[in-house]
Amino acid sequence: MSDIAINKPVVAMSGPKGRKPKPLLSPRNIMIYGTLFVAAAYYLLPLYVMVVTSLKGMPEIRLGNIFSPPVEITFEPWVKAWATACTGLNCDGLSRGFWNSVRITIPSVIVSIAIASVNGYALANWRFKGSELFFSILVVGAFIPYQVMIYPIVIVLREMGIYGTLTGLILVHSIFGMPILTLLFRNYFASLPEELFKAARIDGAGFWAIYFRIMLPMSLPIFVVAMILQVTGIWNDFLFGVVFTRPEYYPMTVQLNNIVNSVQGVKEYNVNMAATILTGAVPLIVYFVSGRLFVRGIAAGAVKG
Amino acid sequence: MNSSVSIKDLSLNFGAVSVLEHLDLEIRDGEFLVLLGSSGCGKSTLLNCIAGLLDISDGQIFIKGKNVTWEEPKDRGIGMVFQSYALYPQMTVEKNLSFGLKVAKVPQAEIDKRVARAAEILQIQALLKRKPSELSGGQRQRVAIGRALVRDVDVFLFDEPLSNLDAKLRSELRVEIKRLHQSLKNTMIYVTHDQIEALTLADRIAVMKSGVIQQLADPMTIYNFPENRFVAGFIGSPSMNFFSGEIVDREGHKFVRVNGVDFGLDAYPARSPIEAGRKVTLGVRPEHVKVDESLPGGEFHDAVVDIEEPMGADNLLWLKLAGQTMSVRIAGSRRYTPGTPVKLSFDMSMASVFDAATENRL
Amino acid sequence: MAGHAKTDRPNQLFRNLNSKIASIPMILTAVVIFLGGTLWTVVYSFTNSKLLPRLNFVGLDQYERLWAAPRWIVSIENLAIYGFFSLIFSLVIGFLLAALMDQKIRFENTFRTIFLYPFALSFIVTGLVWQWILNPEFGVQSVVRSLGWTSFTFDPLYTPSIVIYGILIAALWQGTGLVMCLMLAGLRGIDEDIWKASRVDGIPAWRTYGQIIIPMMRPVFITTLVIIASGIVKVYDLVVAQTSGGPGIASEVPAKYVYDYMFQAQNLGQGFAASTMMLITVAIIIVPWAYLEFGGGRKRV
Repeated sequence: MSDIAINKPVVAMSGPKGRKPKPLLSPRNIMIYGTLFVAAAYYLLPLYVMVVTSLKGMPEIRLGNIFSPPVEITFEPWVKAWATACTGLNCDGLSRGFWNSVRITIPSVIVSIAIASVNGYALANWRFKGSELFFSILVVGAFIPYQVMIYPIVIVLREMGIYGTLTGLILVHSIFGMPILTLLFRNYFASLPEELFKAARIDGAGFWAIYFRIMLPMSLPIFVVAMILQVTGIWNDFLFGVVFTRPEYYPMTVQLNNIVNSVQGVKEYNVNMAATILTGAVPLIVYFVSGRLFVRGIAAGAVKG
Repeated sequence: MNSSVSIKDLSLNFGAVSVLEHLDLEIRDGEFLVLLGSSGCGKSTLLNCIAGLLDISDGQIFIKGKNVTWEEPKDRGIGMVFQSYALYPQMTVEKNLSFGLKVAKVPQAEIDKRVARAAEILQIQALLKRKPSELSGGQRQRVAIGRALVRDVDVFLFDEPLSNLDAKLRSELRVEIKRLHQSLKNTMIYVTHDQIEALTLADRIAVMKSGVIQQLADPMTIYNFPENRFVAGFIGSPSMNFFSGEIVDREGHKFVRVNGVDFGLDAYPARSPIEAGRKVTLGVRPEHVKVDESLPGGEFHDAVVDIEEPMGADNLLWLKLAGQTMSVRIAGSRRYTPGTPVKLSFDMSMASVFDAATENRL
Repeated sequence: MAGHAKTDRPNQLFRNLNSKIASIPMILTAVVIFLGGTLWTVVYSFTNSKLLPRLNFVGLDQYERLWAAPRWIVSIENLAIYGFFSLIFSLVIGFLLAALMDQKIRFENTFRTIFLYPFALSFIVTGLVWQWILNPEFGVQSVVRSLGWTSFTFDPLYTPSIVIYGILIAALWQGTGLVMCLMLAGLRGIDEDIWKASRVDGIPAWRTYGQIIIPMMRPVFITTLVIIASGIVKVYDLVVAQTSGGPGIASEVPAKYVYDYMFQAQNLGQGFAASTMMLITVAIIIVPWAYLEFGGGRKRV
């Protein structure tokens, strides 16, 4: 009796392989891949439209349809978008916004990550009375619509004398980046073995020595994730740029919107699309280069909404 | 004898939850003390308090006569070895060993000397340039011990250091830790849930349960004369046989009566006379029962073999006696078929009798 | 045993001092900005502040005016429609894509990259691209007409009654990749043995999904729901870029109402009242979730 039971699977395996070699074109596969390809086309379409439109001249755009590839490729719209497109009275193109965004993004990313990583470390390893309470307020605060808090911040910045400056905007980005980044770092540091931290304390290392010499070298991946999160998040910001800076410091997104949605003059769709691609380029490059880390970052940062 | 670590009236609570309560413990100079208990009994917590990794709620801790209750861990003169080894992954073995000394700004020459000595004692010279990820579990734990060694301290704390190793490595390192203690003669406090480790390594064992030390004594006393039913049941594998019964008096002789079967207490070293009528629990270890062999002055009890578990050197018999199942350890060469009626005689001088209500030894 | 002197607990304020210093930015942010700022806005929503905030209380005036304003009503309706459909479609599309991606397909990474890249783009970029694609003169409508179907009409951005759906299309394009990713992570988190067991029991795949997998993914669904929902309430940039609220006021949303009243119409009180309403909306979403997530088990030590 037991012999038969043991033999059965052996027979099945050595016998003719039932339905094992699935044909590539089985109805199931056609359905799966068919759906995926249609979906992929939908997702890729806007990117394609942006690129082809930006490479056409205006006459061709007026005649043809938006999906047809350019008959005659021209890079003039790109040059114009970058260097001479007008917002209001300024006609120096998106380049100004680009450099503003660079000047906003780099310090904001550094400051926000520096603050949040130390915070997360303190919360994970050096808890004190009340630390969890403050952290809870911070996390709940991540869900409060920014609109509720922007005006009080305007007042605070004005009192500090930095309303409208880049410093003010950098501070705002650091504040609103704090909940998610602190959560990210706290969870990461808490996931490191606690005994490592204890061993370092027995070895006589204090708060900062443990942070810089034990924790930091072990945490490079999470710093990269945080950087991806912040670079894309801050680069893509629009609301804070509009509210907290003067026009000469407007980040790229704000300037792009002003160029495209300005009511004066003839609409130059090719220039608009070139400008749009240029604005999206930085986060897209970050996305394509970082790959899986980006997915990790947004999964963690999705709370930011 | 000098006291090395002394804990006075230590309490620890997290909010309303009390983890350790009014705990007193004196550890002698050069002693190997094992804190033994199942998980959650507070033994690791106590060790962390001694190390200064946890702030205690009340009480005082002295190490080498110095009050260290509120000292930083590094200032307590301790070294600690962890279950997960806790080696710094980004540093080589050498850097792992010297990190604490560098933080303390010990001169480089002295660091080199101490690292070399520790490496020699633990025979890890060949590994000094490697990263922890390139080491086996046993090697990692050696390095972790080395890290405590270079600190040149009086007291070593071990937090379940062998639990992550497989059985073979565990017994090897166990011997090595014992050898280390014999040559260094430092005070060692060793936390484990493994009774074999406790029995083999310890000068004294403190058996803990729910944050309270149940018994503090040398291993043989703990094994043979457990202070209460918990200690009796916790130590020993297979565990002690327990029978619930009542004390009866027959013509001046005391017996424990279990389901109509009487076990004579004449040979039992009672602390004070046990009065008749008291409800008790009788405990007998499997090796303190003879099968079909008489003991001097022993009486025979009829039992039936239920299951036989041959283990090579030993043979473990599960028997039915007085309506209960019990185990008896006999020589591996003696075999019984299930259903065989046998005669048991109990070595009552090695038995334990506990009060049924308080569970304390009588 | 000399020197067994008792020492008392040192001052708790200075214990762990470095950690407290390092946490000052977090404490300030939490208390001053998040807690203080929110309370400040709520308090000032009961005043008649115009150009500057003034503590001149007028009771619920601002709220009465708010709920009487056609633009606010339109904003709320839009938010409701947009919110409802983007929840449904994000979850359905996101889950379907994730389930398809979970069939051990080839080129999984390529597909993932394609579905997710819009999420890297800002709402401004998203809005402008779709503004162009939906452009009636040159976009989808004109292309379909040029193919011969001359009566084809698809002009959401210039048709007040359906403009919000035009925004919805863009939002779904941007955000479903994220939902797909979260769902895929949830699907991958399910024990392989569950699938083996259901195959051995001969349960068809769709029933395994419906009766075993989806119920097991409840936490993932709830988290995703909260993420989408709190994003919906904040929707602002997309509308600004794609339609600027138009045509007329047909695609206004609450966040834009707040901004316009605070920084353009110089009617702070209205802005504060509207933002307080947004806060209440978020609270309605978050509080039950937080209660379910953290309240049920009470403190676990």
